[in-house]
Amino acid sequence: MRALTWHGTKDVRVETVDDPEIVNPRDAIIKVSSTAICGSDLHLYDGVIPGMMAGDILGHEFMGEVVETGPASTLQIGQRVVVPFTISCGGCFHCRIEQYSACENSNPVEKQDASAMLYGHPMAGLFGYSHMTGGYSGGQAEYVRVPFSDVGPIVVPDHLEDEKVLFLSDILPTGWMAAENAEIQPDDTVAVWGCGPVGLFAVQSALAMGAARVIAIDHYPHRLELAHKLGAETINFRETHVREALMEMTGGIGVDAAIDAVGMEAHGFAIDNMLDVVKQKVGIGADRASVFKQALLAVRPGGRLSVPGVYGGMTDKFPLGALMEKGITVRAGQTHVQRYTDRLLAMIEEGVIDTTFLISHTLPLEEAPRGYRCFHDEQNTWTKVVLKPGMETRQ
Amino acid sequence: MTSHRRTHGALAAGIALAAGAIALAAKQQNRRRHHDHPADDAPGFTARRDFGRYEVVGRSVTIARPRAELFAFWRNFGNLAQFMENLNEVSPTGAEGHSVWTIRAPGGQTVQVETRIAREVDGELIAWRSVEGSDIDTEGRVTFEDAPGQRGTRVGLIIAYVPPMGEAGRAAAKLLRREPEVQARHDLKRFKMLMETGEIATSARRKDATRAAKMENA
Ligand SMILES: NC(=O)c1ccc[n+]([C@@H]2O[C@H](COP(=O)([O-])OP(=O)(O)OC[C@H]3O[C@@H](n4cnc5c(N)ncnc54)[C@H](O)[C@@H]3O)[C@@H](O)[C@H]2O)c1
Ligand SMILES: [Zn+2]
Ligand SMILES: [Zn+2]
Repeated sequence: MRALTWHGTKDVRVETVDDPEIVNPRDAIIKVSSTAICGSDLHLYDGVIPGMMAGDILGHEFMGEVVETGPASTLQIGQRVVVPFTISCGGCFHCRIEQYSACENSNPVEKQDASAMLYGHPMAGLFGYSHMTGGYSGGQAEYVRVPFSDVGPIVVPDHLEDEKVLFLSDILPTGWMAAENAEIQPDDTVAVWGCGPVGLFAVQSALAMGAARVIAIDHYPHRLELAHKLGAETINFRETHVREALMEMTGGIGVDAAIDAVGMEAHGFAIDNMLDVVKQKVGIGADRASVFKQALLAVRPGGRLSVPGVYGGMTDKFPLGALMEKGITVRAGQTHVQRYTDRLLAMIEEGVIDTTFLISHTLPLEEAPRGYRCFHDEQNTWTKVVLKPGMETRQ
Repeated sequence: MTSHRRTHGALAAGIALAAGAIALAAKQQNRRRHHDHPADDAPGFTARRDFGRYEVVGRSVTIARPRAELFAFWRNFGNLAQFMENLNEVSPTGAEGHSVWTIRAPGGQTVQVETRIAREVDGELIAWRSVEGSDIDTEGRVTFEDAPGQRGTRVGLIIAYVPPMGEAGRAAAKLLRREPEVQARHDLKRFKMLMETGEIATSARRKDATRAAKMENA
């Protein structure tokens, strides 16, 4: 089959690799109809996530048709499914309390040691995302082996086209959980850092949950425009002092809740950020946490900070005092996708949620390397790239 | 260093050695009452001390399955090779409670150890030790306790052994990632996977690329 493989920093290629096969009884094989490039993939593309190996197949947002099932799979051949990026067994303590992204059984035993050493506990398995999270082959490919196929994949009705349901795999539930973690109350003002797909869905979700106002922060005019269309007020951090603006826009109170939808690769020229850029470049594992820090200072005492943005390592000069003295609640984490898929699918069917506004480009899988380059270099206009394995390549 | 001397003293007593190490390593209710050790409730094997000639590894894991089911699965020693990576097989010798364990050793070899069940409490505990004259002097104990609420069962495994070929053997084993400490941890997690999910997770895309398949062909 053809698949997008990782070979090093800014080096991804479409190659021919072995087809997957059923390995464990609960597996299914999915023939991919649509798959997307995520902001999380850009961290891999930039080489800032440890545990990658040359030849790894990327991609954790995908959907398609069931073409083969193991004896213990509950799927049927021919069904159309969207696959959550978190691999969850359904039977462990964490899966049973719906903390699916903390599944104890999906990361192969011999791959658990690295993250256990780094974080105190091993991470769960994720598709297409480094050997720290299992080294599972991802969805930017013609076929994918999906373990625990009786727990993860969600069957979608035929009348909903791919573009409407594909993002159930990650960014839609991620934006939703980000807003849920912000514990929004009716009169709240919520600030969202980052107007990428995650930030935009967080804006949409925060408004749906009844936030009085949402203020979206980025520096790309087109992305800010999309946030504006969803109903947010906007701040361009290249033009404006963010913290000062937030204080003034909230009448000196500060925002009730903040959402960091940027993560470890924040842009900008804050001093701490520049130092962290250097450290990241020389590979000493520092996260550029300037958004996290800024958000902690911007949120009002007793407020909440929700962190869907991905961080993997350590950071310096962390304003621990602000966290404690202001009594801020911080909630973070990889998304418990399976917890939200049914509810969000229903909202899509009812027309309450639209996801298609986000897609700026649809490319054949063969052109995935160009998709990565542009999603990375031209973020203003390349807001979300969908890849289609079967699609005709332009000459 | 009273405790140290005491340990060495106990270890000098022949067959009872490992029994001593295991007992020391296992105690969770008997607080350490030495002057140089503040009393605490931690399992002995987490102590900052050694057990003389014996290496002791211990690990616990919580498994969301009923205690009786886990006990029964483990008690059938033939099942153990399904999740203990270095175990080729365990077969009964015919003598009551005696089995022969065929274990993969560094360098493509195997070692055999005959054990007898030293103690058994239905649904709670199985302890075994190598019979006199075995290649490896070892003792193990697995315990099953109800975990709080709906969490299932807490399974504890403690193994004491005299390192094969002393330090050199241990270094070799470590190189091959067969250090018992790591092995015990990994084996217990595989047991948990098998019991909770019915399979052992692998990210291999094809059957011949799983870890188990590669070890088979190694
Ligand atoms: N928690 C999860 O399960 C989960 C799931 C998906 C993605 N993520 C993470 O969410 C983050 C966003 O993902 P995405 O797909 O939207 O990525 P993206 O790269 O498309 O978007 C990030 C946006 O943040 C903006 N930004 C950068 N620096 C900023 C700053 N200092 N202030 C304000 N905005 C700034 C960028 O201009 C960009 O528009 C990433 O870290 C990604 O890894 C997490
Ligand atoms: Zn993603
Ligand atoms: Zn699980």
